[in-house]
Amino acid sequence: MSQATRPSYIRVFLTFARNSLVRDMTFRTNFALQCVSSLGWTLMNVGFYLIVFQHTESIGEGTGWDRDRFFVFLATTWFINSLVQAFFMPNAEEFSELIRTGGLDFALLKPIDTQFLISFRRIDWSALANFFAGMVIAIVALVRLASRESDPYTPSLLASGLYFVFIACGVAIMYSLMICLSATSIWLGRNQTLYNFWFYITNFSRYPMEIYNRGWGQPLFGFFTFVVPVLVVVNIPARLLAKPLDPRSPWEIWLIAWGIVATVLSVVASRMIFKLALLSYRSASS
Amino acid sequence: MVLRTAIGERLVYRGDFALGTLMRFLPIVTQIFLWYAVFDSIGKPTGDGAESIGGYQFEDMVAYYLIAMIARAFSSMPNLAAGISRQIREGEIKRYLIQPIDLIGFLLLTRIAHKLAYYAVAVAPFALVFFLCRDYFVAGFPPPHLFVAFLGSLVMGFLIGFFLEAAIGMIGFWFLEVSSLLFVFMLFSFFLSGHMFPLTLLPDGVAAVVQWLPFKYLAYFPAAVFLGKVPDDELPMEMAVEAAWLTVLIVGCRFAYARGVRRYSGYGG
Repeated sequence: MSQATRPSYIRVFLTFARNSLVRDMTFRTNFALQCVSSLGWTLMNVGFYLIVFQHTESIGEGTGWDRDRFFVFLATTWFINSLVQAFFMPNAEEFSELIRTGGLDFALLKPIDTQFLISFRRIDWSALANFFAGMVIAIVALVRLASRESDPYTPSLLASGLYFVFIACGVAIMYSLMICLSATSIWLGRNQTLYNFWFYITNFSRYPMEIYNRGWGQPLFGFFTFVVPVLVVVNIPARLLAKPLDPRSPWEIWLIAWGIVATVLSVVASRMIFKLALLSYRSASS
Repeated sequence: MVLRTAIGERLVYRGDFALGTLMRFLPIVTQIFLWYAVFDSIGKPTGDGAESIGGYQFEDMVAYYLIAMIARAFSSMPNLAAGISRQIREGEIKRYLIQPIDLIGFLLLTRIAHKLAYYAVAVAPFALVFFLCRDYFVAGFPPPHLFVAFLGSLVMGFLIGFFLEAAIGMIGFWFLEVSSLLFVFMLFSFFLSGHMFPLTLLPDGVAAVVQWLPFKYLAYFPAAVFLGKVPDDELPMEMAVEAAWLTVLIVGCRFAYARGVRRYSGYGG
């Protein structure tokens, strides 16, 4: 491809974003309903954890995940999940549809990177409602954490900066996982259970990783840290923000280093799997 | 006939289906670890002198989630209310008015057939999971009278789930678009049925209200009966209240249908 025809990725992305917004705004009631429904789900979760913390001081003996810190953790989960759901989920769903109907042919023909095209085409703006819900949770939890009597804590500037970096890493890992999952639909023909599978895998990432570190949880702990690194996605940023940067045990420093390596590895691996999957794509229908 | 179709449908994708059912238990894995961590931080999680929350020890909690899963499998009616209101909106419901078929009866039969077909295939993954988790049932198998009560509460749970959803669907006769209402209903039923946690964990004020709502029969009640958490002397009364709710819902549903049909003006072609 010559330089002259090289598309401007940012402009294409902005166009996609605008088109999606126009589409969402066309059905405004539906949009509002979707926002409300995801907020309802958030409320239910908050309720559940409030009930859990009625009966306990912290999650796990000596792990330090008390109520305010855990809600910082929960907000982090909400940030990452809402970003993934807004930007990637609708595309991944559409991708398996494209394969089934043969519409992928047209995506392949366009003079732009296919992975870019199919992963950013549609943005579900209503999923960002949960992003704001996460923000509310985070602000309330941080204020309570800073103003409480026993062991108050305010994250430092450095910690907050690192938090955003690792949120981005977390989103990148989740995106890679999703690309891998949807690439399998090229081989399997269809992948209707994608969303379910996604839900069940990410379910593991929703709690502090310490809780898996016992008995028969250790294989799970290892698998979801090193093979499918969903455990590091929320754990690293949440832990950076909710607990003092210093002192840290050595394993946490290794964990953070592994977080960066895992991000790079999963992005590269997903890219390779995607390309490999495209090679075995045979157009559907006629 | 309806039954045979439903079973046929299920068996076509049995491998996929069994795997899907197994995956449904994955969230319980995280729940096991979450609750272990919670019990660990308030005291001793297992063995003698173990802590309990809302009358549930750690093992009970896990067993509770497993049984509640069965109860939900009986009582959940995916798309029932939405289906009814869609049929009303699109005028498909005319079919039941001119043919000698009763809408509610037909739908109920379809659901029974679906559930039977579901269990015919799902029994294998369920058995596997329960076998793996047998250690969490510390009290062992419940005594016969509790087991009978458990079966009764499952069947009634199924019927309550059906008539509750059907009654909500009937609202479609008055309001054409019920999706938002349905959503609120689903939220409540998910939270208050005890699918997420045993209802005894709720703060006392809330628990006293929830105690009298029909939602608890969808998941909490059968599980509590199975685990012997309902005292023997209260059990007959509880079952009677459940039966009363069921009667109210059946009558309500029938009444709404009869009134709705009179209002009905046959939209669509």
